[in-house]
Amino acid sequence: MTASAQLSRVRNTTHATPSPAVEAKKFSFWYGQKQALHEIDLAVPDKAITALIGPSGCGKSTFLRSINRMNEMIPDVRHSGDMLIHGDDIYDGSTDVVELRTRVGMVFQRSNPFPKSIYDNVAYGPRINSNPPRRELDKTVEESLRSAALWDEVKDRLHSSALGLSGGQQQRLCIARALANEPKVLLLDEPASALDPAATQRIEELLFELKSRLSIIIVTHNLQQAGRSSDYTAFFYLGRLVEHGTTDIMFTSPREERTEAYITGRFG
Amino acid sequence: MAGLACDEGIEKMSRRSRHVRSKVMLGLTYAAAAMATLPLLFILVHLLREGAQYIRPGFFTQMPKPIGEPGGGMANAIVGTLMLISIASLIGLPVGIGAGLYLAERRGAPLATAVRFLSDVLNGLPSIVMGIFAWEFLVKPVGHFSALAGGIALGAMMIPLVTRTTEEMITLVPVSLHEAALALGYSRWRTSLTIVLRTALPGIVTGALVAIARIAGETAPLLFTALGNQFWSTSLREPVAALPLQIFTYAITPYDTAHGQAWAGALVLIVVVLTISMLARFATRSRFRAGTD
Repeated sequence: MTASAQLSRVRNTTHATPSPAVEAKKFSFWYGQKQALHEIDLAVPDKAITALIGPSGCGKSTFLRSINRMNEMIPDVRHSGDMLIHGDDIYDGSTDVVELRTRVGMVFQRSNPFPKSIYDNVAYGPRINSNPPRRELDKTVEESLRSAALWDEVKDRLHSSALGLSGGQQQRLCIARALANEPKVLLLDEPASALDPAATQRIEELLFELKSRLSIIIVTHNLQQAGRSSDYTAFFYLGRLVEHGTTDIMFTSPREERTEAYITGRFG
Repeated sequence: MAGLACDEGIEKMSRRSRHVRSKVMLGLTYAAAAMATLPLLFILVHLLREGAQYIRPGFFTQMPKPIGEPGGGMANAIVGTLMLISIASLIGLPVGIGAGLYLAERRGAPLATAVRFLSDVLNGLPSIVMGIFAWEFLVKPVGHFSALAGGIALGAMMIPLVTRTTEEMITLVPVSLHEAALALGYSRWRTSLTIVLRTALPGIVTGALVAIARIAGETAPLLFTALGNQFWSTSLREPVAALPLQIFTYAITPYDTAHGQAWAGALVLIVVVLTISMLARFATRSRFRAGTD
């Protein structure tokens, strides 16, 4: 069997879940002439962690950034197929992209706190989206920082610069900032790739705590991390979804040869 | 064995020569850096020597004496220059910052490329040409010289300076900050205003000050517009005195006392420009410095 035939035979081993948080239906994406995603069919379960893995340039980040339409910032891009979030087609003309991004939070590879105070960083989203009274805002900020396991470390210096935090703390601040909008889905693009093992572990523990409340999709290059922390794993290769299933199965007995080769470190 | 020793010798020599070359190049850059600041130091020292003795409290409060008579001050020229700078800033800063924001946010668009090119051309436009145009359209139709015409001419000169520095400063704001704001549900214009402009603000302010400093000393565009005035005037529709014009007027007279006033005026002008820069730098020193990331 040729490699391409093998690739096109996408297997989907997802367990039937009543209503997936995010669902891609024949979703393709182009940067200019270059097709980055080929008819992705993927249902991401709610209240679980799904890891997207695959070698560089396989389209996993493109897929992630299609879920909150961040790719639209790049000129000359187009897509086909559907992307549903809790049943709503987000590429439907009636979807307000600004509102969409309050429902779908995102954390980036490199922590990117604003050059403002810790408090203002977390309050940034709620201020624009609902502009609550001060007391309520204080509460939201505290809850978000607690959810991001950062409260105890920063509660005495909420009004000092966020740039004074360590790398791991900054990344948790970015998670808190995203949580303050109370999103239904949280997207993380290699959130721990610039962190040391201890900080990475904290982020992973944090995600484990958070999954009872929302759906988490994490792009990672770190297979051990995917194996440790995710419930489901999707393997992308050359812009196609090769295989998708529970992490246990994906890491122990994948159906596709290519998945096994990648996971065991024979390529990628 | 002999060959090896020889190789070692060559290596040692080349290492020493590289070391020497490094020292020489370093020395040259130091010299260049010193040369870059030398003109300013020289001018300051010279101005202090020639002009400082004429600077008395009266210089700032009195009107100019008739040419040839000693004493008197430049109160009207100082006020006039402040007026002209204000008018120019009211025009040049909003337009320039807005255009710079546009250029930075729409980098590749054909219109942006055209605007960037034209703005560079405008930047290179000799200031005397700007003066003639301002005269043609702002002085000739109304029949008299005015502070307003001078301010507008200076404002037009500020626009390309502010546009390009704003664009450069905004381009330095990391894309990641931009993305972070968008991902939190901020619309594009709000992201631009609250995150991008705010982060770039110290740089933009510095750019604006450089532009102000540039136009504060401009003489040519004022010759046909603000004209200069030996009397007190704060009317926008009247000719107004300005420090550079006053310096020019005094400097071309044959009187030593007038030359002294010109040196003093030049000293005041340069001190005003330096003070504005330093004050604003201090004022915009952010509590939350953007990181290098």
